[in-house]
Amino acid sequence: MKQHPDNGTRTSLFMKIMTLLSAVIFITTAVTTVYSSENAISGGTEPQLLDSGPGPEKADRDSVASVEAFGKVYKVLMSPRCMNCHPAGDVPLQGDDSHLHTMLPKRGVDGKGVYAMKCSNCHQATNTPGLHTPPGNPKWHLPPADMKMVFEGRTPHQLAKQLVDPKQNGRKSMKKLLEHADDTLVLAGWNPGEGRTLPPMSHAEFKEAWTTWIKNGAYAPKP
Amino acid sequence: MIKLTINQKKHQVDVDPDTPLLWVLRDTLGLVGTKYGCGVAQCGACVVHLNGEAVRSCVTKVSRAAGQKVVTIEGLAARADHPLQKAWLELDVAQCGYCQSGQIMSAAVLLKENKNPTDADIDAAMAGNICRCGTYLRIRDAIRLAAEMQRNPSKG
Repeated sequence: MKQHPDNGTRTSLFMKIMTLLSAVIFITTAVTTVYSSENAISGGTEPQLLDSGPGPEKADRDSVASVEAFGKVYKVLMSPRCMNCHPAGDVPLQGDDSHLHTMLPKRGVDGKGVYAMKCSNCHQATNTPGLHTPPGNPKWHLPPADMKMVFEGRTPHQLAKQLVDPKQNGRKSMKKLLEHADDTLVLAGWNPGEGRTLPPMSHAEFKEAWTTWIKNGAYAPKP
Repeated sequence: MIKLTINQKKHQVDVDPDTPLLWVLRDTLGLVGTKYGCGVAQCGACVVHLNGEAVRSCVTKVSRAAGQKVVTIEGLAARADHPLQKAWLELDVAQCGYCQSGQIMSAAVLLKENKNPTDADIDAAMAGNICRCGTYLRIRDAIRLAAEMQRNPSKG
């Protein structure tokens, strides 16, 4: 039986599409299998959105060292000097007991307060002298309303996952995250003004732990 | 010498750059409408406008105001007829009056940024201004009235 020329072209096109689809399915399955087995033997959960930052090749990553370093990082981030400006609500926290900031200033859209209650109305570029006076920094603010970067109440697992997710960390790449350890507002935690305790380790120790955590794969401790 | 523009008038003051702006306003320039309350940004009695923001002049170094625009209660309106000042008088808001210039300066920023504030907006804006006489309810009423005057000047 003689085939219509158009039918032959269609059959050939169909075969090509099916071959391509099979290849895609095979590759996807293989990659997923390898990824799952790696996670199963790791010391924690690998970040899902690692970008092309300066981190080591996968083979050089050490999930145990990473998770151990994050333990130190977590202690600092959950200390009042860091957590007070990463509250679960829209009012910053204050003091070593992390009570709600007196006067109840609000986050506002950009994290810099609202109306007559903007952060920089009281918080100057430097610490105000005196006990429990407003600490200062030129950039004093909370995270913005569209990305609150909450620390308060987060478990180590939750916080580690959040920190490496650009959709939750202020759109920071791994490179930017590493640099963030020296951000002026992060450093302000170690210059908190009179009457406030320091974070539980020096900034140098924190930075080392932060860098170790990230460069070893930024693994999250298990839930 | 530090150059300041206060209530649209230029000044040159010979003070230490770390001097609180409040000290310069009151002691150097004689603008005593702005009050000293706590000295540590806790009460709001010393609020003035720095480039339109309601800063607390007791903790603001004069160096921060150098070359910037400062407005005090004396300069809020040329004839002391800002809608807030008119509303304050109409509702007889003040009791002892000590905190009122700070209250009005904070409220002025609110009304500049929000022409029709809700009670929640008013509370959010005014939470940092303390009144020991407890005139808060009259303050809130006066801000609502001033907002209305601002929207419909014929009502003022």
